[in-house]
Amino acid sequence: MPPIPLPTAVPLTYYLILSAILFALGVAGFLFRKSLITVFMSIELMLNAVNLTFVTFSYQHKQVDGHLFTFFVMVVAAAEAAVGLAIILTVFKNRGTLAVDEIDSLKL
Amino acid sequence: MDAILFFLFAAIAVVSAINVVVQRHPISSALSLVGVMGSLAVLYLLLGAEFIAAAQMIVYAGAIMVLFVFVIMLLNAGAEKSPRKGWILTAVAMPLLVLFLGMVSYIIQRGFPNAPLVVFGQFTGGSPKDVGMALFTRYLLPFEITSVLILIAIIGAVVLARKEME
Repeated sequence: MPPIPLPTAVPLTYYLILSAILFALGVAGFLFRKSLITVFMSIELMLNAVNLTFVTFSYQHKQVDGHLFTFFVMVVAAAEAAVGLAIILTVFKNRGTLAVDEIDSLKL
Repeated sequence: MDAILFFLFAAIAVVSAINVVVQRHPISSALSLVGVMGSLAVLYLLLGAEFIAAAQMIVYAGAIMVLFVFVIMLLNAGAEKSPRKGWILTAVAMPLLVLFLGMVSYIIQRGFPNAPLVVFGQFTGGSPKDVGMALFTRYLLPFEITSVLILIAIIGAVVLARKEME
């Protein structure tokens, strides 16, 4: 009986499916978590999943453009984290809570 | 070797991502998120994106996550009391999530019937030199706009987080 050959490389689609799994988990965290900080971390998870898609397609087309888009996404994520965490600090200072269902001033 | 590395770090990424979602305490979620970002950096290296892998570790796993952990410590955020939704919604949502992922995987496999194999070293256009060349020639305008965006973000963060003046 010949030995089963181990796969030496994986197709490109596996990377895309991994990206979809990470994005779906980010969406689940965004919808199900209660703490404002954890909701924010789920958004970062979704951004990372999209970055993986960009780099994968950059590999397929043998061009560097996808890497640059990933770079810009990282820069925007850094700016977003700075401003978002400042907003979370202000909300906590004013309301004394981080639970998203207790911060409902805009509700009718 | 490529396949072993891919499956190992893909598994670490998925398990850490699940941990981000299910952990009660924000600090545990933040540390799991660092695990996701580290394993994604390895996958970037496999795809030939050296510069992006380094930037991922420095900017995401370094700077952004330190900011998150710092704010969690500053606010003294404890564990969540109870999940927001009841267990019925969770029981309905989990099969739907799996169904959605299955459909997405099917569409991806159908869309790329003969996708190329990812072999380490086949694409070497992701070095800092190549990224820098593209960044300062074709993408010069977005790069400059990015610097303005960061300046605005700095000012915004300072204005939002400062003490209220009487």
